[in-house]
Amino acid sequence: MNEKAINKKEKSWFGKLVESYGLPRLIITAFLLLLLILAPFVGADLPTQVSNIIARFSWNGILVLAMVPMVHSGCGLNFGLPLGIISGLLGATMSIEFGFTGPLSFVMAILIATPFALVLGTVYGWLLNKIKGGEMMIATYVGFSSVSLMCMMWLILPYKSPNMVWGLSGKGLRTTISLEGYYNEVLANFLRIRIGNLDIPVGTLLFFTVLALGIWAFLHTKTGTAMTAVGSNPTFARAAGINVDKMRLLSVVMSTWLAAVGILVYEQGFGFVQLYMAPFYMALPAVSAILIGGATVNKATIMNVIIGTILFQGIVTMTPTVMNNMIHMDMSEVIRIIVSNGMILYALTRKTEGAK
Amino acid sequence: MTAFRKVWYMNMENTPLLEMRNIKKDFFGNQVLSDINLTLREGEVIGLVGENGAGKSTLMRILFGANMIRETGGYGGEILLNGEVQKFESPFDAIEAGIGMVHQEFSLIPGFTTTENILLNREPKKKNLISEIFGERMNTLNRGEMEKKAADAIEMMGVNIDPKMVISDMPVGHKQFTEIARELSKEQLKLLILDEPTAVLTEKEAEALLDAIRGMAKRGIAIIFITHRLQEILSVCDRVVVMRDGYIVNESPAKETNVGQITKWMVGRDVKNSGAALETRNHENARTILSIEKLWVDMPGETVRNVNLEVKEGEILGIGGLAGQGKLGIPNGIMGLYPSGGKITFDGKDIPLNAPKKCLDSSFAFVSEDRRGVGLLLDETLEWNIAFPAMQIQNKFLKNYLGGLIKWRDEKAIKVVTDQYIKELAIKCTSSKQKAKELSGGNQQKVCLAKAFALEPRLLFVSEPTRGIDVGAKALVLDALKKFNRENGVTVVIVSSELEELRQSCDRIAIVSGGKIAGILPASSSVEELGALMLSQVI
Repeated sequence: MNEKAINKKEKSWFGKLVESYGLPRLIITAFLLLLLILAPFVGADLPTQVSNIIARFSWNGILVLAMVPMVHSGCGLNFGLPLGIISGLLGATMSIEFGFTGPLSFVMAILIATPFALVLGTVYGWLLNKIKGGEMMIATYVGFSSVSLMCMMWLILPYKSPNMVWGLSGKGLRTTISLEGYYNEVLANFLRIRIGNLDIPVGTLLFFTVLALGIWAFLHTKTGTAMTAVGSNPTFARAAGINVDKMRLLSVVMSTWLAAVGILVYEQGFGFVQLYMAPFYMALPAVSAILIGGATVNKATIMNVIIGTILFQGIVTMTPTVMNNMIHMDMSEVIRIIVSNGMILYALTRKTEGAK
Repeated sequence: MTAFRKVWYMNMENTPLLEMRNIKKDFFGNQVLSDINLTLREGEVIGLVGENGAGKSTLMRILFGANMIRETGGYGGEILLNGEVQKFESPFDAIEAGIGMVHQEFSLIPGFTTTENILLNREPKKKNLISEIFGERMNTLNRGEMEKKAADAIEMMGVNIDPKMVISDMPVGHKQFTEIARELSKEQLKLLILDEPTAVLTEKEAEALLDAIRGMAKRGIAIIFITHRLQEILSVCDRVVVMRDGYIVNESPAKETNVGQITKWMVGRDVKNSGAALETRNHENARTILSIEKLWVDMPGETVRNVNLEVKEGEILGIGGLAGQGKLGIPNGIMGLYPSGGKITFDGKDIPLNAPKKCLDSSFAFVSEDRRGVGLLLDETLEWNIAFPAMQIQNKFLKNYLGGLIKWRDEKAIKVVTDQYIKELAIKCTSSKQKAKELSGGNQQKVCLAKAFALEPRLLFVSEPTRGIDVGAKALVLDALKKFNRENGVTVVIVSSELEELRQSCDRIAIVSGGKIAGILPASSSVEELGALMLSQVI
C-alpha cells in the first residue's frame, strides 16, 4: 500500500483546502454534492431541486445575515431573532391593515417595521449589556417570551382587514395570512430568470446582495472596526477609548432590524405571513446555518453567511426528496425534521470552537 | 529519652528532613531555577526571600508536586525526604509524604465551621446500621472526636480561635490560622510551607502567627516561610535563604544578618559592575507636565492609597516597588481602567478620571502590563493591533467619503505604518497580516509599544515593559523606549518591578510602598537606598 506516500504528496493542496475551508464543511459540501448527483437517478428533477435550493437561500439569507453584527460585537449568536421577526410581522400586518397593496405594501412593511425594530432592539440591547457573558442564554428566553406575548397581542390588537382576521368572529388575526395581491414574490419577480424547470429569483438575490454589501462595507468603516474590536477583546477596546456598551447596543439594533427585513423577504418568497408560534422556529435554523458556514461565536464573515445558508438549506431540501424517492414512501416531513434538527444539533456542538 | 529514641534522634541529625539537590527548571527554554541546593532539618524555620520572579514560588511548586510543573516538562535535580529520593506526581503525593502548604489565597468553605474546615474529608466517623449495609460512605461523623482533633491542631499553634465559628464570620487572621490548623491536623505533617501568610494580616495577628510558627517549630515541624516583611524573617527564622534570578545567592543564619544586608542580596545584581543609566539627565528645571494629587485607585491587589507625584517634561520617570504595593494601580487608575479618585493635571489642564477616552484625547498612551488581556487583540492581525487606537482616537488611517459621513478603513495606510514599526522595532513575524496571538511574548510586547507609538503621545505610561520576555528582547524594548523619549521628546513613565531595569533606563525613580510614594531618588542611587524605600511602608 502506497497510500501514505500519496497522501503526503497531495497534502499540499488537499491540506490547504481543509485548512481554509474546514473539514466539517468539506464533508457537508461533499454530502450535498452526492445528493445532487443521486437526485436524477432516483427520479427527482435536478433543475427543480437546484431552483428549490436557490429559492430557499434567497428567503433565508438575510435572516442568517442578521447574525453577523452581534457576533462581531461579542454578543454571540442572536438567539433572540424572534424579537426582530416580530417587528417585521408588525410591519407586514400593519401595511396590509392600512390598505397598501402590491410592491408598495412591501416597502411600507419595511418602513413600518423599522421603528419597532429600533425600539425593541434598543431595549433588547440594553438588557444584553446588563448580563455580559450570558448573552446567548438570555437571548433565547427573550425570543421565547416575546413570541408568547405576541401570541396574545395578535388576538387583542384591533386589526380589521378581512384578509387577515378570523372569518367568524371578525377579530383576531389568523395564523396564516396569504400575501396574494400584496407583496407575494415582488422581489422574486424582478428580473426573474426561467429556463425550463430552472427558476432563479434574481430580485431577491439582488436584495440580499445589497444588504450583504452594506454589512460588509459597515465592517470596513471606523465604527465597524470598533465593533469588531469590542467583540475580539472588550478590555482592549475600552483602553482605546471605545464605549463598549454603545457598540454592543448598536450591533443588537442592527441585528434586530435585519431580522425584521429578513422575515419580510422570507414572506414574499413563501407567499404567506405566519403568526403566533411561527417566529419561534426561525432562530435555530439561522443560527445553525451561520455556524455550518464556518462562523464561530465571535467571528463571522459574509462568506460564512452565504456558504452556510446554501449548505444548510441545500441539505434540508435535498435529503427528504432523495430519501423519499429512494424508498417510495412519503415521509418527507419526518425526514425534514430529523435532518434539520440534526443539522442544528451538529452546528451547536461547533459553537464552542470559537470561544476563547 | 529512651535509648532507642536517642539513636533515632541522632540519626535524624545526620540526615536532614529535606534535601533539595541541584534543582533546575526551565519554562520552554527560559531558565527560571538553576542549581538550587537547600537543606532543612526537623524543627528548623527558614525564611525564603527574593524579589518577584526570583523563583521562590516555582521552587515551592516543585517541592509540593504541583501539576503545572509536570505539564511544563518537569524539573531537574532531586528531592530527598529523610534521605529518600521522592518523585511527587501530584500534590496528594506530597501531602502523603508529610508536606503541607498554606497558600496566599484561602481555600476554605465559608459556610462551614472551623472544625469542619480543618477536618474536611478526613473526619473521624462512626458506624451505624445503614453504613453496615451500604458501606462506609454512609458512616456518620464523630463530632466529639472531630472537635477534639481540631482543638489539638489549634492548640499546637498556641492561638485562641473558636472551633465552632463559621468561616464567613471570621476576621481574616483567623481564616489564615484555620488554614494552618488544617495542615497541622494531618498527623504525617513534617514540613510546612507558608507562602506570604502575613500579607493579609494585621500587625497583631501577624505577631500571633509568628508565635505560632515558633510553637510549631518546637514540636519538630520544619517550616519554610516566604514573606516580603524582612523583620518577621529575622525574628522567627533560624536561617535566611535569599533567591535572585533563579539562584540562591546567599544563605545566612538569621542572627548574623540584618534587613539592609538582606535587601542588598535581594535586589542587587553585582552592585559594582552594573551601573545606573550612563546618561542620567537632570530635569529639575523643566516644567511639570503631569501632576498627580491625592490619587487613589481601587485596583484589586494593587491598591493605590494616596499618591502625590510630579512628572517633569521630557524625562523618563521610573516607578518601582514590590508587587501588591500599588505601583501598577497608578497608570491603570489614571487611564481609567479601574475606579479611581484624586486630581490629575496635565499641561495645565485638569484631566477627568474614570474616562479612558479623555486621557487618550489629551495625548496619553498606555502600554498595559496585561499584554494578553488589555494590550492586544489576540485574534486579529498585527495591522489591526497597531493601527486600532490611533484610528479610533485620532481618526488616522481613515478615508473620508461623503463629506466625512463614511469613514472607511484605509488598509494601505495601515499596512505602511505596520511595516514601518515591524522594521523599526524588529518585530519577528511572517507578515503584517499575522495574528497577534501567534507571536512570542517579546514580539507581542513590541507590538504593544508600536500601538502606543502610533498614537504619537505626549505622555507615555509603560507598565512592566519586560515582564516575561527574554534578555535580548528586554534590551530592545528598553532601547526603543529610550529612543522614543530622546528623539520625540515624549515624557515616559515606566512602571516596573525590576529595579535594575529602572536604574538603567530612567532619570528618576519613584518608589511606591503601601500605596504611597515612599520617596523619589535619582536613578544613580544605590540599590540599597532604593531597596530600603521599597520595604519602608510595606503593608
